Amino acid sequence: MPEPEPEPGRRPPAYDPLQPGKGEAIAPTGQGGPMDLALDEAESLEKPLGDAPTGPGPQEKARSLWSDAWHQLRRNPVFIISSLMILFLVIIAIWPQLIASGDPLQCDLSKSQQGSSPGHPFGYDTQGCDVYTRTVYGARASITVGVCATLGAALLGSVLGGLAGFFGGWGDSLLSRVADIFFGIPVVLGGLVFLSVVTSTTVWPVVGFIVLLGWPQIARIGRGSVITAKQNDYVQAARALGAGNGRMLLRHVAPNAVAPVIVVATIALGTYIALEATLSFLGVGLRPPTVSWGIDISNAAPQIRNAPHMLLWPAGALSLTVLAFIMLGDAVRDALDPKLR
Amino acid sequence: MLLEVRDLHVEFRTRDGVAKAVNGVNYSVDEGETLAVLGESGSGKSVTAQAVMGILDVPPGRIAGGEILFKGKDLLKMKEEERRRIRGADMAMIFQDALSSLNPVLSVGAQLGEMYEVHRGMSRKDAKAKAVELMDRVKIPAARERVGDYPHQFSGGMRQRIMIAMALALEPSLIIADEPTTALDVTVQAQVMDLLAELQRELNMGLILITHDLGVVADVADKIAVMYAGRIVEAAPVHEIYAAPAHPYTRGLLDSIPRLDQKGQELYAIKGLPPNLLAIPSGCAFNPRCPMARAVCRTDVPPLAQVGQDRASACFFWKECLGG
Repeated sequence: MPEPEPEPGRRPPAYDPLQPGKGEAIAPTGQGGPMDLALDEAESLEKPLGDAPTGPGPQEKARSLWSDAWHQLRRNPVFIISSLMILFLVIIAIWPQLIASGDPLQCDLSKSQQGSSPGHPFGYDTQGCDVYTRTVYGARASITVGVCATLGAALLGSVLGGLAGFFGGWGDSLLSRVADIFFGIPVVLGGLVFLSVVTSTTVWPVVGFIVLLGWPQIARIGRGSVITAKQNDYVQAARALGAGNGRMLLRHVAPNAVAPVIVVATIALGTYIALEATLSFLGVGLRPPTVSWGIDISNAAPQIRNAPHMLLWPAGALSLTVLAFIMLGDAVRDALDPKLR
Repeated sequence: MLLEVRDLHVEFRTRDGVAKAVNGVNYSVDEGETLAVLGESGSGKSVTAQAVMGILDVPPGRIAGGEILFKGKDLLKMKEEERRRIRGADMAMIFQDALSSLNPVLSVGAQLGEMYEVHRGMSRKDAKAKAVELMDRVKIPAARERVGDYPHQFSGGMRQRIMIAMALALEPSLIIADEPTTALDVTVQAQVMDLLAELQRELNMGLILITHDLGVVADVADKIAVMYAGRIVEAAPVHEIYAAPAHPYTRGLLDSIPRLDQKGQELYAIKGLPPNLLAIPSGCAFNPRCPMARAVCRTDVPPLAQVGQDRASACFFWKECLGG
């Protein structure tokens, strides 16, 4: 049976603008921090798009929002390219030895700032370390921080936002105000203050800081979409047929509200990786001996005139990684939001 | 008596003031009996039903007074957990738009089975078998193959039958159907109403049928309550009301039905609009639209008075109205 247009009931809930007067609170974060991109995406998701979908719908028998979205994704070249890139990045993050035989911490000062040579295609940095090896090993820190921070922020944000949106009342008001406070913290300034007191050299303080600043954005989206979903007749119907709060929230509201959260989280992942690099560049993120693109970019920046290769490779790797995740986020959004089709 | 609503008052707090949606409604339904509640949009018929089911949004809604006796017990004095167990098992509701009343991400089998999982503690597998049984019962062809299908894969009439199946799953003693056929086309309307009436007879349930379709009412209802501005203005057995209405509003509604012998003439309509619930007119709420209104109608509220065997009317001039 052909399905020319997606039926209304199968769409994810429309994105309700959140409480009036709350929009302004987005502004403080938008002061040049790397989280801005995700914020823009979040905002554009919330805005209803005027036109009805006009594109040709899937010809096959569509079964549900999720299988429909998967079908859409598989045919999207952006999704294929970005997921291949991400797959590659994840593999080298787990097993960097596969493509780099050297040790990123084994450096030879006599080779300081030398250019490309056989076996060392990217040349050497100021300390005489192999740039290729360091670039490969740097993926681990970026991917770890990006994935862990996104998981943390998405879990914390969607649980808090979902509960606030579902139950409403004073808990909702309290959470919204707390989220506003976190929105008000400028990312870079906050990072300089919070992370400069940390002495650990692991990735976890950075992950923790990004989760701390990232959850309100997810919570806000989650809250909004739960409020939209809980007003649906089927939630009322479930209540009329004797479902309790837990069942209504988990079985009837959450599956219908989770799509926007997934979209925003995927896009945020790219920006979190960029944020880690920013903080490492400023010297408050990851610290040596952890290998990180941000640290390498920071060390290479003063030498950009006489040895540009030291900067180009880690910076290029960073850009490609962020691009891959943002492309993935875009593709997921296109698939999950029928209004954008 | 299965259900008795006594002097129920419901208000909604809004930004512009308190909207009095239900102002002292009384009605009752017995086992095996069908009560039709008629009225325009905003007359309080759905809000009364929501109050009975206990699914009123509180706040902004508030039950300001009255009693709802279900099998002799006042629902309004029960704890929420106790009411939740009654909902679905002992009283159930059928909603207007079956597409939006079914969860789009769950298969209909899962949603039907949920009734047994929640109230009877059945395993998922047993619940699914029960779901197939239910779908057979509401005459959905190839129930076994379709039990895993999603709501959007069914037609409007079938979706409404699934809603009916869900409401009847645990054989409740009271069903509230809130405009169950409004979203369907006419031929399907008749099928769905017939099915509902048949199952009601079979299970000897009380049925409250909320509608504004007088044609549907004539076929299935035993008695009628006409609501206007949150009050019952007339209550009567179904045949008597069609023969001789005792309230000018009911008369207006009956005159508004298009008739075959009226060909070429303009359709009758009650003048004006339903009142704003924030500012209900003083006296009889219907007075600004009433062709029979006199001075007393603007100052005094007419009580719902006995006007015959099982009949009541809230009009000072019911005798004139009955006489024609």
